[in-house]
Amino acid sequence: MNQGLAKRFRPGATLPRGDIPVLTVAQFRDTVATEVDRGARLAALFGVPAGDATTRLLALLADGHSGELAVVSTTVGESYPALTPDCPPAHGFEREIAEQCGVVPTGHPWLKPVRFQPLRPGCRDAWGRPSGTRVEPAVGPFFTVEGEEIHEVAVGPVHAGVIEPGHFRFQCHGEEVLHLEIALGFQHRGVEAAFVRQPATRAIHYAETLAGDTSIGHVTAHCQAIEALAGARVSARAEAIRGIALELERLANHTGDLGALAGDVGYLPTASYCGRLRGDFLNLSALLCGSRFGRGLVRPGGVVFDLEANRAKELLERLEHTFRDVSGAVGLLWESASVMARFEATGALTRETAVDLGLVGVAARATGLDRDARFEFPSGIYRLAHIPVSTWTSGDVFSRAWVRWLEIGRSVDFIREQVSALPGGALRVAPGALAPARLAVSLVEGWRGEICHVALTDEAGGLSHYKVVDPSFHNWQGLAMALRHQDISDFPLCNKSFNLSYCGHDL
Amino acid sequence: MTCEITMLKDIAERCRQGHRTLAYPKGEAVLPERFRGLPEIERSKCPPDCRACSAACPVKACAGNPGSPTLDLGACLFCGDCAAACPTGALRFTREHRLAAWSREDLVLRTPQPPPALPAAGKYRLFHRSLKLRQVSAGGCNACEADINVLSTIVFDMGRFGLQVVASPRHADALIVTGPVSENMREALLKTYAATPAPKLVIACGACAINGGPFRDHAEVHNGIGDLLPVDLYIPGCPPHPLTILDGLLRLLGRA
Repeated sequence: MNQGLAKRFRPGATLPRGDIPVLTVAQFRDTVATEVDRGARLAALFGVPAGDATTRLLALLADGHSGELAVVSTTVGESYPALTPDCPPAHGFEREIAEQCGVVPTGHPWLKPVRFQPLRPGCRDAWGRPSGTRVEPAVGPFFTVEGEEIHEVAVGPVHAGVIEPGHFRFQCHGEEVLHLEIALGFQHRGVEAAFVRQPATRAIHYAETLAGDTSIGHVTAHCQAIEALAGARVSARAEAIRGIALELERLANHTGDLGALAGDVGYLPTASYCGRLRGDFLNLSALLCGSRFGRGLVRPGGVVFDLEANRAKELLERLEHTFRDVSGAVGLLWESASVMARFEATGALTRETAVDLGLVGVAARATGLDRDARFEFPSGIYRLAHIPVSTWTSGDVFSRAWVRWLEIGRSVDFIREQVSALPGGALRVAPGALAPARLAVSLVEGWRGEICHVALTDEAGGLSHYKVVDPSFHNWQGLAMALRHQDISDFPLCNKSFNLSYCGHDL
Repeated sequence: MTCEITMLKDIAERCRQGHRTLAYPKGEAVLPERFRGLPEIERSKCPPDCRACSAACPVKACAGNPGSPTLDLGACLFCGDCAAACPTGALRFTREHRLAAWSREDLVLRTPQPPPALPAAGKYRLFHRSLKLRQVSAGGCNACEADINVLSTIVFDMGRFGLQVVASPRHADALIVTGPVSENMREALLKTYAATPAPKLVIACGACAINGGPFRDHAEVHNGIGDLLPVDLYIPGCPPHPLTILDGLLRLLGRA
């Protein structure tokens, strides 16, 4: 009954800030909870300082069936009744709002900082910490299980492998994990605020390093938001090259993940081959732009490097070779009983849990949900070239591995198709000035899942607020749930099957 | 019987995948045509009072100081914006991947270039045949981390040089640090360093660890490890190419 209260628009369009509905807190909570009940996802929920010690809360709801976004807002003071009890996907967002804006979501079930940011000088603190308190990461209460023979295992922030830092706290009974709490924030670099504060020449580099393994995904989302605000029309050729780069990024990471999963169950042939093949895909990105991570390729208004006929031919030839080797390497997994015995029924999530937590990307599709921004909210080249959504239903490590394998095949098909029929057009147009007092949202399906960037401009056409939601922000909670009633020795395998970003979460 | 068939398939696939380890450092380093390696500045081409490169640089790595332009490889993100902005083509990126330096000063390209300082003879002799690395990501974006990780794959196979990533600082000879050192990782980094037995080396890998990278001067980071730890080797790049990292590590072994 509240569907009339939200303002609906399509990604890629911008909205005058004045058109964002300002509701009462009760209407706001009701609208968000109702929309989520009806199948929309909470793509973003964040606070914008609104003066007079108030905060404007904005909720962005993504309805995959209609391909529409809906936005609602409300104004709150020191506190408001939390959404999380009625709308679990708001869990992390409300903790973030408390930390960034000093607003208390009353009744939140587990109100802790998400990033352990330093206190904001002269501002209200949601936890009433006195000003000047040094915030120490991951220090504070953890959810504990009590009882005889219950023990706690603490891991991190520095891990055994070459991997980003995070802290994992397990409550165990013998080998069995009863609960896992994940404390992040070690990678916090203050990027969101810097998008607004720093000179514009740096913004593109923030986008490329938000999560360095997803440079193309984040930089494309950033450029789409900027281009929407600037009214820039990117050529079909540039869109196609961006799409090719995004799928190459997916191929490299999915291949690497399948190899790492094989390594975690001690099946070394696939681990060894895929370690090499991941690099071969990265080298295709380097063929395109000189950087294995696609750095320097995507810029507002288009792309910097062309894919000329001879380069396109080389790319296709090398792609075919690499894909053939990946098929051989990955095919061994499905035929090895010892691998399948470890993949199947490990770290299973149900479709209901995935919906409740608002999971995205591979983790969601591995429970049977057809969530894929390339299909639901197509932007750029994906408006013209469709990639079928790859799903599987068992929700376990096997399912997450299998979905990756399906996606590898479909990304290769997509690149073949795009490279052999590259459209014409200018590589890059000058994006021009940003429209004043508007909101722009971009949704891009990175290899981990949906990347959401939200940009707001002020009256003078400068960025006044920038919000980034990496898919990992939604999905870390999924990993915690997947570990319940698993053996603690299966943690590395489960963790790798999600392979989430620490810096993408910590920003 | 099924087991035997699976095993035969494994062996067949092994034969098909072939031998993949690079001949590096003996063979030639193969780098993509568009690779942005060591920049070169042709001073004579710099127009008077031109500051196009420094205006284009997002991290103030270029000082388009007319007459003697400098470029700080430690700060450089290798984005190429300076070369694109240069009106005369005086500044260009070559495909030279060997970028590592022993001192922070040696990373600043000057025109003319003074000879780089060399480490005291024998300083690293102890590690000539075996150097065990502990990696610490302190705000790294996972690109430097990924290209360190890749050195353990069959392509680079750094184990053949006695180089290995180990799981504990107690087993390590050197820390290889990535990221600008977020405030939230400062303590963990210092504790990891303290837990590494002496004699120990410190390697700053990537623009962030050397100079803060794109996050320089953010209140949340420390502009790299320079003020926190004694650095033995600097490896520039954003991220450095795996061969750039391998070349740097081989220098520590005296084998580059």
